[in-house]
Amino acid sequence: MSTALVTPGTSRPTVARRRRGPSLASIRTYAGLAVIVVWGLAPVYWMVVTAFRDSDYTFDTTPWPTHVTLDNFANVFSTDAGNHFARALVNSTIIGAVTTAIGLIVGVGTAYALARLQFRGKHAVLGIILAASMFPGVAVLTPLFQLFTSMGWFGTYQALIIPNISFVLPLTIYTLTAFFKELPWELEEAARIDGASRRQAFRMVLLPLAAPGLFTTAILAFIASWNEYLISSQLSNDITQPATVAIAQFAGSKPHEEPFTSVMAAGTVVTIPLVIIVLLLQRRIVSGLTAGGVK
Amino acid sequence: MTVHELSEPTTEVVPQPDSSEAPPRPRKGRSKAAMLLVLPTMILLGIVVLYPVVSAMVMSLFKDPTIDPATGKFVDQGFAGLSNYTHWLFQRCTDTTGASVSCPGGTLGSLFWQSMWVTVFFTVVTVTIEVALGLWFATIMNRAFRGRALLRTSILVAWAIPTAVTAKLWYFVFAYDGIANKLLGTDILWTGDTWPARFAVVIADAWKTTPFVALLILAGLQMVPAEVYEAARMDGAGAWQRFRSITLPLIKPAILVAVLFRVLDVLRIYDLPAILTGGGGGDGTATTTLSILVIDQMRQGFNSASALSTITFLFIFAVAYVLVKVMGVNVIDTQEQQRKA
Repeated sequence: MSTALVTPGTSRPTVARRRRGPSLASIRTYAGLAVIVVWGLAPVYWMVVTAFRDSDYTFDTTPWPTHVTLDNFANVFSTDAGNHFARALVNSTIIGAVTTAIGLIVGVGTAYALARLQFRGKHAVLGIILAASMFPGVAVLTPLFQLFTSMGWFGTYQALIIPNISFVLPLTIYTLTAFFKELPWELEEAARIDGASRRQAFRMVLLPLAAPGLFTTAILAFIASWNEYLISSQLSNDITQPATVAIAQFAGSKPHEEPFTSVMAAGTVVTIPLVIIVLLLQRRIVSGLTAGGVK
Repeated sequence: MTVHELSEPTTEVVPQPDSSEAPPRPRKGRSKAAMLLVLPTMILLGIVVLYPVVSAMVMSLFKDPTIDPATGKFVDQGFAGLSNYTHWLFQRCTDTTGASVSCPGGTLGSLFWQSMWVTVFFTVVTVTIEVALGLWFATIMNRAFRGRALLRTSILVAWAIPTAVTAKLWYFVFAYDGIANKLLGTDILWTGDTWPARFAVVIADAWKTTPFVALLILAGLQMVPAEVYEAARMDGAGAWQRFRSITLPLIKPAILVAVLFRVLDVLRIYDLPAILTGGGGGDGTATTTLSILVIDQMRQGFNSASALSTITFLFIFAVAYVLVKVMGVNVIDTQEQQRKA
């Protein structure tokens, strides 16, 4: 208060704000919130609207769908123009599921050790894992490309899964370590005192408690693998290409014409599962993101 | 070992007398157990990261095979020393007579410094925009309001969509007849001209990752106790003053972590420029980043591509080192504190 009296210049607006304060502040807040919502959803909304438009009206600017058709979605799943989108979705699911499973199975033990045990070289291990997550995809790709080609693995699922492990494993370990650190360790101690081995205590007491964290980590790992493009675009063929590559290479029925409405429909199909996951798990995803801090 | 157990808040499930008996034994076992738990990860990372990176370094020391005109077969050209590196760094090429000349324009060899510049440009501009906007988003989201769920969803959708879809979406928005030109009343060749193409990439990347930056900063903001603001307000500090001298210093670690992650990400950017502009714009190379150059080079020779990918990752490591050592970004501690808050 004394400062306010000495510097009347700053005190006056403070008083004024206090009187009209709440309403003005909340108007500003809600205006800001509106900006954020529009920022996040407007381009996606435009994609969905276009996905339902007849391709003759691709560049129509009406903010809601006009000349509504489902043809674009039919085109997405048709193989007439050489697209294999349905198969690509299955490929993405297989690659994502296997990568996530490997990441979780291998990562869970390491995360437990990092969160719970004191051992020599712990900081080195943390450093190695962090460093591994910084490697650019191209640094791993060139030698693997040559190796996989010479082994006859080009276009196989394993050739797409193995490179994905390089960024999914560090992600699962970081996220899981953060989740493990939050667990009430007293329960594990109690189980140990009651005669359970460390392994039993981990499996029967800790793992059930960690289930939500494991689930969140699995989702983040799956999304990361689902979204991968660089390596898949170089190492996949028509049979094994994932959805990201299929979308980037989407061909129209007429040559030299970008099939915008069909591509937007394909984008919508790929985005819907993610929107559902985000809707159901937003709180968990946010805590997982800020814990793991990895893209 | 006991320190950990004793420092935990004691609950009724921990009988004190027994736990004092347990610790001595596990000491050795724990270290061994830890090794066993960490080993699979180390082996796997050795296979998927260390092996490729080391073999890239080895490959980079050999010349690319060339086709023998007589037999039509590829012939190994042997050890190259550092010539693959000088090829990129000093843009030295070999002409038909075998002499070392400056790489002619239009060849990939002549593109290294431009690609480096483009990559650094993307990094500086997008990270600046993302942090500035992310900071603003985070302060708004930190206020009390209804509809948090909707907000979180709208902010996470952009983050969760695959970059390939983001690129296609913005390719449509930035089409010549697209909504961007119609809203602005312009007829810019967004993905075709040099600078519009670069800014198209910047805008698409900022759209996609500002939410992620905002979330990281928000986690930092939520650690700032409300009483500090109350006290400052009582002392007559204005909103800007409070932001400058309280908020900013307190959330600096969170901002630095966001900057580190984003810088490392944009330095290896590939998907967006590759799909959105085809690595082109203007003369066809306006958005060619280091990663795109590596992929283009791969089709001409793995060994010189390996040299370029090695340069790329050494550059990224150097930047990470500077950020961590000089600016004092502490990823692990900052995130730990943010979780505890």
